[in-house]
Amino acid sequence: MPPLAVVLLAAGTYAFRLAGPLLGDRLRLPDPLRRLLSDAAAVLLVALVAVAALTDGHGFAGWARPAGVLVGGALALRRAPFPLVVVAAAATTAVLRLIGLP
Amino acid sequence: MFTIRDMRSFWRTLGPGTLRDIALVCAADAIVGASFGAIAVSGGLDPWVPVAMSLLVFAGGAQFAAVGVVLAGGGPAAAVAAGLVLNARLLPFGFAVADALGSRWWTRLPGAHLIMDEAVAFAMRHDDPRRRRDVFWTCGLALFACWNAGVAAGVAAGRAIGDTGALGLDAAFPTVLLALVLPSLASPGVRRAALTGAGVAVAATPFLPAGLPVLLAPAGLLAAARRRRRTMPGDATPGDATPEET
Repeated sequence: MPPLAVVLLAAGTYAFRLAGPLLGDRLRLPDPLRRLLSDAAAVLLVALVAVAALTDGHGFAGWARPAGVLVGGALALRRAPFPLVVVAAAATTAVLRLIGLP
Repeated sequence: MFTIRDMRSFWRTLGPGTLRDIALVCAADAIVGASFGAIAVSGGLDPWVPVAMSLLVFAGGAQFAAVGVVLAGGGPAAAVAAGLVLNARLLPFGFAVADALGSRWWTRLPGAHLIMDEAVAFAMRHDDPRRRRDVFWTCGLALFACWNAGVAAGVAAGRAIGDTGALGLDAAFPTVLLALVLPSLASPGVRRAALTGAGVAVAATPFLPAGLPVLLAPAGLLAAARRRRRTMPGDATPGDATPEET
């Protein structure tokens, strides 16, 4: 990842953060726009989860990885502590690979 | 400047309950930060990348997103775009807590960098302007310290890890993101849009360059909005409001 990409992401992010404190007195953000922005973030995150869990390059990632993510997701739904969620996901994938599942 | 008396009243206005909650969130974020550092470095990125991102971008979801796109073979432009789509949600946060940053430019400029989900959620719990300010700054500064310390520790640990595939670490990245996003999927409308978007992104993966498919996902919002308009003309369901991420 080139330094310029990090700087651009940082500058754009700071601009999103600074707009409110600078313009807060003169401008009000419409509610539909607020909802759209937070919904778009949730949708993009879920897509990232799906792509990262299921695909590798342009093909299928194999069964071990999505199985691990499913186990972690189920634990997160049951409000398990965060470290347990991540370790359980990685361990499931590791064990499945150990017994020969790709 | 703080005098000793100011400090004492500062801790009193915060209260032990709030301080404990902030400490818990800090601990959780340090662990997320450590996973970010470890995943980025074990995936092959230079150690300065996760460290610089955490200091300058300081937004967990966007950092994971950008690094995820790059590790999947995507270009830097797609990585930056994914991160910025995620961080656009910080725009309304800035309006919500603008008063807590103070009125002088030299508190607003650094304070703006501390705007993120957790500090905003904590500040919004309080109506008293003074308390809001104290809670926002305490939470923001503590999280900045814990997040960056966690990332640095993760970078150090990640360099020591050899075969990441055998350890199942490739499953850790999507799992961290899933745990982060679950609380914001409470509303059926968002869930539907998210599933549509995820389906589109996965289906497009074999055909598009890496990193682009996830950027198609927000189109799922359009499909969901059109469907809502068709089933419930001119009506936004009351239970459909998205809760703040915490």
